[in-house]
Amino acid sequence: MKQYSDVISAYAIMLGLIILVGFFQSWNIALSILCFCLISAVMTMGANIQWGYAGLINFGIMGYTALGGLAAVLVSVPPVKEAWQVGGLQMFVCLLIIASIVFAVRYVLNKYQKTNKRNYIIAFIIISGLIFLRLISGPAIHLIESVNPATTGFLGGMGLPIVFSWIVGAFFAGALAYVIGKIALGLRADYLAIATLLISEIVIAVIKHEDWLARGVKNVIGLKRPVPYEVDLQSTQWFINLVEKFNQGTLNLVNDVLEREQLLKQLVIDGSTVFVKLCYAGLFSIVVIILLIVTQKALYSPWGRMMRAIRDNDEAANAMGKNVVKQHLLIFVLGSAVVGIAGAMMVTYDGLFTPGSYRPMRYTFLIWVMVIVGGSGNNFGAILGGFAVWFLWIEAAPTSLYLINFFTSGLEETNALRIHLVNSIPYFRLLVMGTALLLVMRYRPKGILPEKIKQN
Amino acid sequence: MDFINSIVLLLNYIFVPALSYGSQLALGAIFVSLIYGILRFAYFTAGDLMSFGTMFTILFTWYFQSLGISLGVLPTALLAIPFGVIITILYVLAKDKLIFSYYRTKKSPPVMLAMVSIGTMFVTQAIVRIIIGPFDRRFFDGEKFILKANEFKEMTGLNEGLSIKSTQVLTLLVTIIVVSILFWFLNKTKTGKSMRAYSDNEDLALLSGIDPKKVVMITWVIAAILATVGGTLYGLDKSFKPFTYFNNMLPIFAAAIVGGIGNPFGAFLGGYVIAFSEILITYAYKKFFIYILPESLEPDGLLQLLSTDYKFAVSFSILVIVLLFRPSGIFKGKII
Repeated sequence: MKQYSDVISAYAIMLGLIILVGFFQSWNIALSILCFCLISAVMTMGANIQWGYAGLINFGIMGYTALGGLAAVLVSVPPVKEAWQVGGLQMFVCLLIIASIVFAVRYVLNKYQKTNKRNYIIAFIIISGLIFLRLISGPAIHLIESVNPATTGFLGGMGLPIVFSWIVGAFFAGALAYVIGKIALGLRADYLAIATLLISEIVIAVIKHEDWLARGVKNVIGLKRPVPYEVDLQSTQWFINLVEKFNQGTLNLVNDVLEREQLLKQLVIDGSTVFVKLCYAGLFSIVVIILLIVTQKALYSPWGRMMRAIRDNDEAANAMGKNVVKQHLLIFVLGSAVVGIAGAMMVTYDGLFTPGSYRPMRYTFLIWVMVIVGGSGNNFGAILGGFAVWFLWIEAAPTSLYLINFFTSGLEETNALRIHLVNSIPYFRLLVMGTALLLVMRYRPKGILPEKIKQN
Repeated sequence: MDFINSIVLLLNYIFVPALSYGSQLALGAIFVSLIYGILRFAYFTAGDLMSFGTMFTILFTWYFQSLGISLGVLPTALLAIPFGVIITILYVLAKDKLIFSYYRTKKSPPVMLAMVSIGTMFVTQAIVRIIIGPFDRRFFDGEKFILKANEFKEMTGLNEGLSIKSTQVLTLLVTIIVVSILFWFLNKTKTGKSMRAYSDNEDLALLSGIDPKKVVMITWVIAAILATVGGTLYGLDKSFKPFTYFNNMLPIFAAAIVGGIGNPFGAFLGGYVIAFSEILITYAYKKFFIYILPESLEPDGLLQLLSTDYKFAVSFSILVIVLLFRPSGIFKGKII
């Protein structure tokens, strides 16, 4: 118990802060911060599996998050029958062409020695395949996108409950990570960082501009929810009863019947949004807890010990007969799959998929700040990092507004400097993040909750 | 005649824009490459350092404009660049003293330093946005065109116009001057040679009495100069927006790696490789083929290999291909 005292106190402080937000701002804000904290925690756990366990740098987190989001769209949206009729077959043929290109390249790679001739053959296969792909997909894409472009204009999804997408998102992200890992894992650490960063930009570019897939920058909105809608709740009797019971004290103070009814109505509306967010928080907590148990088990298993050995000295691990390349690929896929889950969860929570909003600052570098600040190699640290940094990211704006008002209280309301500072409040959060990262790296390089290795 | 028209078309839409965009990338890639070679880490602040330098150049430009100082046909920003450079040099040196030197003396692994540079990226970005805001700023003044499309058509009697913006010529000229001074410095002067020695083999360089502090300082000074000049040229040619500058970090890295990271000359050429391939692959060749093919063979489609939306994706794909087949870059940089 004693060894966990710092973990418990750190989490208690974090929860206390969120509860304080609930009292001082509103429970609605506090709960949405909590939900995003949980999502961030999942992302951070994914990055931590790669960086903390195996020392692999992955700056492609944005790409996997977006793929998870894409999975949410493809799973939950009902299929657009017309679009499938006009272009479904061609798109299926394209899929086959891509598969045959991959198999042909693999065949050539296995069959021939490493020569220039082999490179030329591969280049020829890829280029001719791409030309075929364009010839077949071009007209089909045009047809699909012209099916009712204001609302659909894409193939749609499978029409399943959106919760399934959390698993599908993991598979999507894992598959991408497998391809990237095959290409890039042999690179030195900082090259790997740059390569993954650039590849994730390619992924975003594809999702943004292939409108037939998920409407691109036209966004998909109104995704189905796994939890009840506020409007339905407000007319459900048991929920009204629940709110009435919960607020007995406040309601009893009001004597007038009409006034009492109005107050109840307001309370029910407020209560419904809080209730929905509570449901989300509950669902997300389940994911976080399952992942925590699994990762914790993995970390202290023989496999986890092997990963640490590979991280700390891959040459020695190799000499002991461990297949470093294979394990690196495995952990790269696993970590990315976890990030994919988080991406699907985020789109589920938002109820919309906006490819234009995926930017490296928010989805790659911020997650890395979380990993470093929280403590790499420690799952509790990773989750805490997700919580603490997201909390700071959101609360930096109100705090800096307060501080600016405090320090410029000597100046007049119309002072140009004061107005300028107040207008640029959203950017103070970048300053806060950067400073936090630099301070942690300087004075606590292992993070708030450093890695602990159990010795038997 | 059709043949000449087609050549002019390509010159106007591919060659001239790619040349100026390539120069702007090349300036960035050179300093990323230098920092990688000498300080030995991937400098993620690259794009934001460029926007920092450009921001101060813009502020000085506005100040000069308010005083009524101008260079006539040339943009006032040229006059402001030295002042922007000085502030950027002070900024990077302060940053090095406060932040990077600690990790260097501790001999932290390069990954650690790259992470630290992400921290400084956040801070630099915040400073730029707090001071000048996130909006699009244009600060170009003076004569916009050297050669207008219409004038060219009248002059030559061709169907296709060729327009050359003064900023494009300016970019090319300034790049040639700055880069030739830089390569002269690196190859001929004693300090430059000691920098290259330090980059090749740190221990040997230290043994032969090279002062590491001086080498590091000169590297930062060069980085600040190139960042400010490159950023200002980009801003004059297009416009200044902090977010675009941050995004430019990606093609700059691509250029530096394609050219062989740690090798400034490779990075210089890498900038042009990236710029030309981006524009060549996303250009629609329909008009070009209409000129050179007989009428019966005229194409229907746009004849575009990839849509312009994939501009960035092209340069990154080139990077991936280079990493796969020639990981040390086209011009043999440091071996990975």
